[in-house]
Amino acid sequence: MDVEGEVPAAAAAAVMNGLGGAEEASAAPVSAEQLDVEAYAAQYSGRTRLARLLFIADRCGVEAMQLEALRMAYDEIKRGEDVQLHRDVAAKIGGRLGPRFGLDQAWVDTVTRRADQRKEKLENELNGYRTNLIKESIRMGYNDIGDFFYVHGQLSDAFKSYIRTRDYCTTSKHIVQMCMNVILVSIELGQYAHVSNYVSKAEQTPDSLDPIIVAKLKAAAGLANLETKKYKLAARKFVETGIELGNNYSEVIAPQDVAVYGALCALASFDRSDLKSKVIDNINFRNFLELVPEVRELVNDFYASRYGSCLGHLEKLKPNLLLDIHLHEHVETLYMDIRHKAIIQYTLPFISVDLNTMATAFKTSVTMLEKELAALITENKIQARIDSHNKILYARHADQRNATFQRVLQTGNDFERDVKSMLLRANLLKHDYIQKTSGSRKM
Amino acid sequence: MESLEALVAHIQGLSGSPEEVAHLHSLLKQADGEPLRAHAAALVPFLAHLSPETHSLGYLYLLEACATSGSNLSDFGGGDFLVTIAGFLTACSADQIRLAPDKFLNVCRVLKDQVMQLIMPIRGIAPLRAAVRKIQSSPEQLTPVHADYLLLCLLAKQYKAGLSVLEDDIFEVEQPKDLFLYCYYGGMIYIGLKKFPKALELLHNAVTAPMSMLNAIAVEAYKKYVLVSLIVNGQVPSFPKYTSVSAQRSMKNHAQIYVELSTSYSNGRYTDLETFVQANSAVFQSDNNLGLVKQVLSSMYKRNIQRLTQTYLTLSLEDIARSVQLETPRDAEMHVLRMIEDGEIHATINQKDGMVSFHEDPEQYKSVEMLEHIDSSIQRLTALSKKLASIDENMSCDPAYLMKTGRDRGRFDGRFDYDDYDSVPHKYF
Repeated sequence: MDVEGEVPAAAAAAVMNGLGGAEEASAAPVSAEQLDVEAYAAQYSGRTRLARLLFIADRCGVEAMQLEALRMAYDEIKRGEDVQLHRDVAAKIGGRLGPRFGLDQAWVDTVTRRADQRKEKLENELNGYRTNLIKESIRMGYNDIGDFFYVHGQLSDAFKSYIRTRDYCTTSKHIVQMCMNVILVSIELGQYAHVSNYVSKAEQTPDSLDPIIVAKLKAAAGLANLETKKYKLAARKFVETGIELGNNYSEVIAPQDVAVYGALCALASFDRSDLKSKVIDNINFRNFLELVPEVRELVNDFYASRYGSCLGHLEKLKPNLLLDIHLHEHVETLYMDIRHKAIIQYTLPFISVDLNTMATAFKTSVTMLEKELAALITENKIQARIDSHNKILYARHADQRNATFQRVLQTGNDFERDVKSMLLRANLLKHDYIQKTSGSRKM
Repeated sequence: MESLEALVAHIQGLSGSPEEVAHLHSLLKQADGEPLRAHAAALVPFLAHLSPETHSLGYLYLLEACATSGSNLSDFGGGDFLVTIAGFLTACSADQIRLAPDKFLNVCRVLKDQVMQLIMPIRGIAPLRAAVRKIQSSPEQLTPVHADYLLLCLLAKQYKAGLSVLEDDIFEVEQPKDLFLYCYYGGMIYIGLKKFPKALELLHNAVTAPMSMLNAIAVEAYKKYVLVSLIVNGQVPSFPKYTSVSAQRSMKNHAQIYVELSTSYSNGRYTDLETFVQANSAVFQSDNNLGLVKQVLSSMYKRNIQRLTQTYLTLSLEDIARSVQLETPRDAEMHVLRMIEDGEIHATINQKDGMVSFHEDPEQYKSVEMLEHIDSSIQRLTALSKKLASIDENMSCDPAYLMKTGRDRGRFDGRFDYDDYDSVPHKYF
């Protein structure tokens, strides 16, 4: 159920045009120093808009932005029927926005009463259908109850209800609908294992699926992988998401998000050839990247080895990414991975690298760079040695012949030692056995 | 009961050929026991009439009777008796004494006790070494004398003497207890000689030997095993599959402090490790492991410095000191110098710049010595493989084994699997 609120005209234009339009408005949430809360929230609908607004309010640290987010959240909640959220938001506002934004007990009571009535009605209907044993009605009954619980914020009950519809699904369309509902609730509950499960279930239905649904499923799968830290898989799913997704999945994810998540995960986990074929040359994904030109620049810079500007772009994006509910815990790891990959890629083609030039390229000091390089060498990601006196990095390739000799001698020693121990143990066991058998013979 | 003189005459007469010796043996067995011991005091002068080499068996019986008679050996002129025993052990004939191994072992035991009582362990070393060789039926057999011998070497700090016995590989064991003591003392001797890899081998055998219940020797061996592993490898491996169940379950509980030490070591911070050692030094001291623990501490520096050689070509002494957590560059210089001298790293120190340059291992594996080393290794290993194959063959002919596998396979219908003939452990492929 989409709730259209009062959105600024520019953002509305962005929403209508979907992709490629209103560059300023859609670019605003990503590249501005300060996140434009309204424009950002306009990309989403349903409960995820609320969740994101509340998250921004908790994390942003800037009072003005916080109050703006809370205000929008309050209005949004008033339009819905979730009483618990209303209480939470009112508590968070704490009276800072004036009397209009306080706990509205009357509204709470009305809504609760209405909810109880509706719940009774739905349950009675469902019982009726169940006695009649009409599959389709039972399925719709459970579905309605699921929707009801969802709107009221009782997510685990909603989840259970949606699961119950599975037994009454007859066509693949029903199955797909059930899967989509379950996926939606699971994402909000944070149970990403279920998400992956139901995505595969939906993809396995015999009928061919609507491309929008396919795109939705891919995006959901990508999200699940991202949250479970499987960055490579997440990247793959995101770049395969069809552009048909548009704004149809705004209750979960916006197309800009697909671009950002996909690009970051790909940079952190794909190797160079994959990066070129799946991201840069991918016409489909290019459409997504057009929505967030900063990220597109970022990817191109990385591929063209302009690491300074690439890392600069990343830094600019960072504060806003930290306000994203799905990405925030992964930002540090992804950034670290991207940085390491950049360093490794920088050193690959050279026999020797002057650390001073490298430090300016990466906009860091020579000492810090040396430490980072030492760590990477210890993890065996770079085959090189550091000349700390002259501040040069020399590539070093292991001498295969010597290494083989060493390994052979070592294996010989290990074999000798292990076989001797084994023979000794066998002998001990034999004596033990002899004692036992001779003992048993002595009647 | 014959008189002593008659007995001695028999001994002197019947020590010529193996059949006579066998006859003598039966006579001696008859005469053996309490009556002989009762005459212990009178036996000593008779011993002078007999010669240890030719009349070994008889000499042994009489000697054993004196030694185990329960009366104080100083009655027999203390030190001289010791000399007598020592002389006998060195000079006796191996074939004869092998007919009465228990008595021989008793005599050796008495020698060891006596020597320890007199706190002169060094006197027992040469005789016992000879004894070890004499009673072994093959160089691969372990006898109780081994353990006693190693103990004396340890107490006398004559580690090199212990080496000659330790270099033989042991494959046959009569009593498990001997093995534990042998491995434990052997490990300690190797530690004293700073040959830590070999010590690790022996202690590993002690820890992983099959045992139905945990014994104290294995626990002590485990404590040292942990420390030596840390020095050699920087970490303690987990118990392999073949360790006995009782060991796996309860060994660590008895050596809790050592397990904590190893976790502290693996964190890599020298100061933490040092404080831990200081805090628990009383416990280590009571286990007589404090010296070894201190070696573990210094090995931590070494390991960190070695890690640096993998990452850097040249490094200033201050940087070394900082990354290894040493106090001053001078300390770093000393450590590096010592390591270069011990051959643990290859580097040169440039004092003018305060820089250390690390080099690759100059070993090119092209020299004649290396070829000889490889060649001898190959021969050794081939011999070992053959031995393994022959043991496997013997085992497969053993009727008990055949019965068991026949039962498991259902019908012994003559189908042979190719795998039955694999004699080499699979992981080496």
